[in-house]
Amino acid sequence: MNEARLPEGTAPAPAEGAPRWPLWEVFVRSSRGLSHVHAGSLHAPDASMALRNARDLYTRRNEGVSIWVVPSDAIAASDPDSKGSFFESPQGKDYRHATYYTKSEGVKHL
Amino acid sequence: MARNVQPAGQPAPQNAMEALTPEDAAGQENFDRIIAKDSRVEPKDWMPEAYRRSLVRQISQHAHSEIIGMQPEANWITRAPSLKRKSILMAKVQDEAGHGLYLYSAAETLGTTRDEMMDALVAGKARYSSIFNYPTVTWADMGAIGWMVDGAAICNQVPLCRASYGPYGRAMVRVCKEESFHQRQGFEILLELANGTPAQRAMAQDAVNRWYAPSLMMFGPPDDDSPNSKQSMAWNIKRFSNDELRSRFVGMLAEQVKVLGLTLPDDEIRFNEDTKKWEHGPLDWEEFKEVLAGRGPCNAQRLERRRSAHADGAWVREAAAAYAAKQAAKQSSTNAQKAAA
Repeated sequence: MNEARLPEGTAPAPAEGAPRWPLWEVFVRSSRGLSHVHAGSLHAPDASMALRNARDLYTRRNEGVSIWVVPSDAIAASDPDSKGSFFESPQGKDYRHATYYTKSEGVKHL
Repeated sequence: MARNVQPAGQPAPQNAMEALTPEDAAGQENFDRIIAKDSRVEPKDWMPEAYRRSLVRQISQHAHSEIIGMQPEANWITRAPSLKRKSILMAKVQDEAGHGLYLYSAAETLGTTRDEMMDALVAGKARYSSIFNYPTVTWADMGAIGWMVDGAAICNQVPLCRASYGPYGRAMVRVCKEESFHQRQGFEILLELANGTPAQRAMAQDAVNRWYAPSLMMFGPPDDDSPNSKQSMAWNIKRFSNDELRSRFVGMLAEQVKVLGLTLPDDEIRFNEDTKKWEHGPLDWEEFKEVLAGRGPCNAQRLERRRSAHADGAWVREAAAAYAAKQAAKQSSTNAQKAAA
C-alpha cells in the first residue's frame, strides 16, 4: 500500500461515488521573522477555499500573519521504516558539533 | 468504526500473535520501545491494530462530542442577555466546531476518513459524551456548562496533551489553550448571577445542582468498571485513571464554589487525609448507562439536529465544489490562451 509513504494527515482514497474534498496541510507563520510551522490539516475543494478555511480554523486568535496550504498528496515524506539507514550519515560524526572540541575550554569568546 | 481501520485481507487482531510476519515483529518491537521510552508514535509508524482501533474510537468520540456539544449552547445564542454575552457564546460555539475539526484530522491520520466518522455519527452508530444529552433550560446553564463541563473537560484533556499518539497530543494542546477561556467565561456568568437578584441567584444555584453529577460522570465509569482504561494507560494514551481525575476535579470545584458563594449538591465531599484524595457522594451510574445507551433526555433531539444540519448544508458543499471546478476550468483556459499567445 503506497499510502504508507504519504505524510501525516493524508487520508486514504475516497470511497467510490462520494465526491470528497481533498486534504490540505496548513502551515502558519506566527509573526514576521519566523518560519511557517505545520498547524494541522483540513478539507477544502480548492486552494483559495482551503486558505479561507485555514484562517477560520487555525487563526481565530491572531495566531498568524501568513498561511500556506499545500495539497497533502503533494508532500513527499521519508519512509519511517528506513529511519535507521536514511539518517545514518551523521552518526558517529561528533566532530560536527562545537562540544567535540574541549581543549579550548576556558578560552574567552571562543 | 473499527472495521474501517482493519485493512482487508489482514488477520484479525486476536490472531495477530499467531500470524506475525517479520515486518510485524520488527514493528511491534519498535512500538514497544517507543512506549517504554515514553516517546511518541507518529502516523506512518507501525502500530498494533488494537492500538489503532482504540485511538480511532477515542478520538472520533471526542470529535463527535465537540460537534454535538455545540447544540446545548447554540440553544441560547439568540437569547443571550447582552450583545457581549452573545458574541462570547458565538465565539465559544465556533471554538467547539474547531476542536471537532482538529480531532477529526487527528483521527484521519489513522486511516479513517472524516466522512466515515460523520456518517457513523448521523447513523447513530457512534458515541459521544453523555453530558451533551442533557437540556439547557436556563441562561445559568451557560455558566454551569462553562465552569463545570468545560472544567471537567480541561481536567481530562490536559494529561491527553502527552498522549503517546503524536497527532492526538498536538490537537489536545491546541484545544486546551482555547478551553480555558470557555471555563472562565462560564465562571463569570455564574458569579454575576450569584451576586444578582434573589431570582438570579436561585437560577445559578439550580444550574449548579443539575450539572454537578453529570459533569462528574464525564470522567467515565469507576476504575473497577472501566475495562479499556488499563490498556489505554499501558499504551500511555491515558495518564491517570477515571477516579483519580474525578477526585482532582471535585477538589477544584469544592474550592471554586466558595468564590461563587453557591453550594454543591453533595454533602459527602471531603478531603481524605489518609489517601490525600478528594471524595464525593455516590453517583447514579444506572442513569449514566441509560444516557449512553441513547435513552437520555435529549439524545434523539441531538442526533436529529445533527442530521438536519448536515442535510441543510448539502447545497453549500455542492456550491463550493461547483465553484472550485469553475475556477479550475477558468484557470486552465487562461493558461491555454497564454500558451497560444
